[in-house]
Amino acid sequence: MAAVVKRFFDSDLWWSFKRSPVTVLSAVVALVCIFGAALAPWIAPHDPFDLASLNLIDAFKPPVWAEDGVAEYLLGTDDQGRDVLSAIMYGARVSLLVGLSATAFATLVGVSVGLIAGYVGGAVDGLLMRICDIQLTFPSILVALLVDGVVRAVVPREVHDQIAIFVVIFAIGISEWPKFARTVRGSTLVERNKEYVQAARVIGVPKLRIMATHVLPNVVGPVLVVATLNLGLAILSEATLSFLGVGVPPTQPSLGTLIRIGNDFLFSGEWWITIFPGVALVAMVLSVNLLGDWLRDALNPKLR
Amino acid sequence: MFAFVISRILQAIPVLLTVSLISFAMFAYVGDPVAIMLGQDFTEAQRDALVRDLGLDQPFWVQFAEFVGNAVQGQFGLSYRLSRPVAELIAERAPATLELAFCAAVLSLAIGVPMGVYTGLYRNSWLSRFFLTFSLVGVSLPTFLIGILLILVFAVWLGWLPSFGRGDTVQIGWWSTGFLTWSGIKALILPSITLGLFQLTLIMRLVRAEMMEVLRSDYIKFARARGLPNRVVHFGHALKNTLVPVITIVGLQLGAIIAFAIVTETVFQWPGMGLLFIQSVGVADIPVMSAYLLLIAVVFVTINLIVDLLYYAVDPRLRIGRGKGGH
Amino acid sequence: MSNAVPLLQVKNLRVEFPTRRGTLVALDDVSFQIAPGEVLGVVGESGAGKSMTGAAIIGLLEPPGRIAKGEILLDGRRIDNLRYEQMRRIRGKEIGAIFQDPLTTLNPLYTVGRQLVETMTTHLPINPAEARKRAIGWLEMVGIPAAAQRIDSYPHEFSGGMRQRVVIALALCAEPRLIVADEPTTALDVSIQAQVIALLKRLAREKGTAMMLVTHDMGVIAETADRVAVMYAGRIAEIGPVREVVKHANHPYSAGLMASIPPLDRRVERLAQIDGAMPRLSAIPKGCAYNPRCPRVFDKCREVRPDLMPAGTTEAACWLYETEAARG
Repeated sequence: MAAVVKRFFDSDLWWSFKRSPVTVLSAVVALVCIFGAALAPWIAPHDPFDLASLNLIDAFKPPVWAEDGVAEYLLGTDDQGRDVLSAIMYGARVSLLVGLSATAFATLVGVSVGLIAGYVGGAVDGLLMRICDIQLTFPSILVALLVDGVVRAVVPREVHDQIAIFVVIFAIGISEWPKFARTVRGSTLVERNKEYVQAARVIGVPKLRIMATHVLPNVVGPVLVVATLNLGLAILSEATLSFLGVGVPPTQPSLGTLIRIGNDFLFSGEWWITIFPGVALVAMVLSVNLLGDWLRDALNPKLR
Repeated sequence: MFAFVISRILQAIPVLLTVSLISFAMFAYVGDPVAIMLGQDFTEAQRDALVRDLGLDQPFWVQFAEFVGNAVQGQFGLSYRLSRPVAELIAERAPATLELAFCAAVLSLAIGVPMGVYTGLYRNSWLSRFFLTFSLVGVSLPTFLIGILLILVFAVWLGWLPSFGRGDTVQIGWWSTGFLTWSGIKALILPSITLGLFQLTLIMRLVRAEMMEVLRSDYIKFARARGLPNRVVHFGHALKNTLVPVITIVGLQLGAIIAFAIVTETVFQWPGMGLLFIQSVGVADIPVMSAYLLLIAVVFVTINLIVDLLYYAVDPRLRIGRGKGGH
Repeated sequence: MSNAVPLLQVKNLRVEFPTRRGTLVALDDVSFQIAPGEVLGVVGESGAGKSMTGAAIIGLLEPPGRIAKGEILLDGRRIDNLRYEQMRRIRGKEIGAIFQDPLTTLNPLYTVGRQLVETMTTHLPINPAEARKRAIGWLEMVGIPAAAQRIDSYPHEFSGGMRQRVVIALALCAEPRLIVADEPTTALDVSIQAQVIALLKRLAREKGTAMMLVTHDMGVIAETADRVAVMYAGRIAEIGPVREVVKHANHPYSAGLMASIPPLDRRVERLAQIDGAMPRLSAIPKGCAYNPRCPRVFDKCREVRPDLMPAGTTEAACWLYETEAARG
């Protein structure tokens, strides 16, 4: 293990990381977002879900630096007197959770399909890739919307509210797997024709083992890059769905939900209710995207 | 040439059929249209009559054939929510979406391609770094947030531009256009920027990456070794080769604009197809959803066909019979 | 040949690549000249710096590579420190280039005619119609059948060998006085290599064009070159008339290289081989770079790096000839 750690700090990856201040900064921002979100119940100044603690007198307080700001509510409060900062931390939790789960789901489906298509080849490959092509024709947000709409039509409303978060994860995951499948299939085809894989086949290593021991490790790099870049996209998709009012239920507001709610107060001048969750969302996605960009460049030295 | 077009059209048919099948499956099996259309009070006889009217007693394939037949004629049934023919609803709203998408597409291409070329050529200039940072923000900013920010600044704070709707429109036959009135044009500005910005940054990054790839190629090095001026090397040799792969993705992106219009239309309460769709998803208005899905599929297939034709025009390697086996 | 006025002079050329682990010296103290009309063959293993030398001469070193020291002179005029635009006017016009892989050196989207015409109109005071006429002439000259029809074909419509002929036409069409040919036949089928080399040799002779022919094929060198430079680890190990170097190589490395060519006039049981491998640029040994592999190594070789010195009928960078050099 220590050897692995040492190898990491010795690697080009770590070197290129240290050399890019933007990457280091985005890693810091990403970590702040992750910790702020994960530890929300313990470090958030208020509990936005504790209805008893809400006081309508505190409603529409601007951020602390504005004229009527109160130190108690750093980023102000919304129409119900909820602390915006705390709501953001809880919201980021939902956003991250959905983003990560959806990406994990898409990775799982995409990698499996890609491996099978690339390794088995023939008609199976043709069919799977055709499905990929057809789905890739449609923007992922549209696929997610359709999946969500269908589920909404199939299950009764009360049930839907309970499973809404899983529906969103499923919808976003399903909308993004083809990219993984494409990537993995491409790498698999390259690996499959390499001599060492041919050799393994000649000496009779079973197909499944060849895939697991020889092919899979070689597609980890590209998959990692696609996954990181897709995480940003998944978070955005969730926010968009929630903004459109078809995402996570209002009882578990994500950043997108907060922005949608705040949007109603934009014209009356209470801009902070919607802008701060927006800033948090952008900070999160931007840092993830920057990390993804860096990872892609670092793992693909040809493009440097 | 002719054979090429025909083969491409034939290839598009399975895609359209698959989408129709999904669309039909949604239409036929998701929710219970009979229950929805009849409301609370009905007799068994009324129910049976409706089932027969809708053809729901027929076998699956017959129903599907009928669905496709109707779809080809532009008939998608009645909207559950509005009780009006879906085709009529869509036709009413299509001009709004298409005009918006057109403006956004023009905007993203006219700015995105030159920016991509510039940043690809002058990788280390400060302007390139600025463009790149800008593009990264553009990719990370969700469309709806861009819209909200623009509304906040230009509508709420400055009061220069309207924040919702199309302004005054002029009716030309069945087409309503916002291009002919001052308020219509003003109303188009913010939504177009909102919708185009993401595609703009995407196109820019794509063109840049492709340009850099091409600039490393042997034929560019050889063009330099032949002493051709930079202008010729960059804009003659490099740019043309860059366009080959860029055309495909840009084509798909332009199709995506129509789909992404859903979000922009929601933010700006733009009375287009996207707004209609999102309102339908909220209440599970299946006929509208399946019609919209088919419509988008047709748009994409059409764009794909145009892209293929462009490819054919740009890349001589496609013009020769494929029998020769690549290079 | 060596007392003619040199067309190209390379003096103490040093090319460096700054990397994160320190600066790599790709070429070190490389000096040679090419007389007008002369063919200089450059041989050596991959990574010896042959192609790098060519790239430095045409001013197209891949960044971050750069010329750190030394001079390159064309007709006595320094060209290594010219600005991009000034150097561009020399490329193609004064110095033509031929690259290794004809499949990738032609722009796939333009007809060969267009590529020839643009090269000529860039450098010569002629109009496109005239350039097109000459382009057909060039295609005929390089042996493309039915040139008048083929001029409007795209590169992918030609075979590899035919494409390399087009590349040769492109390199020669502005009538440069020097051609830098970087492994012009390596990517071709063996059966076509000889044809292309013969063509190149004939055209160079007819037009009086000098040539720097980079290759690792000794057969090509023996047949084509007037003089030959043997490179090893970024330096010139030996340089001299081609007959002398092939028949009586003085540097132990060139001797080993020549001994590894199968002779045609007799059967040998086993070809000679040189043990070990060329060092990486990051690990060039102290003293003579060849010393760990040299069969005739002695103490001085491990300590001090030898420069080129007269050695019989050639010049060799080898301490074996020190006394001879001192004797004058």
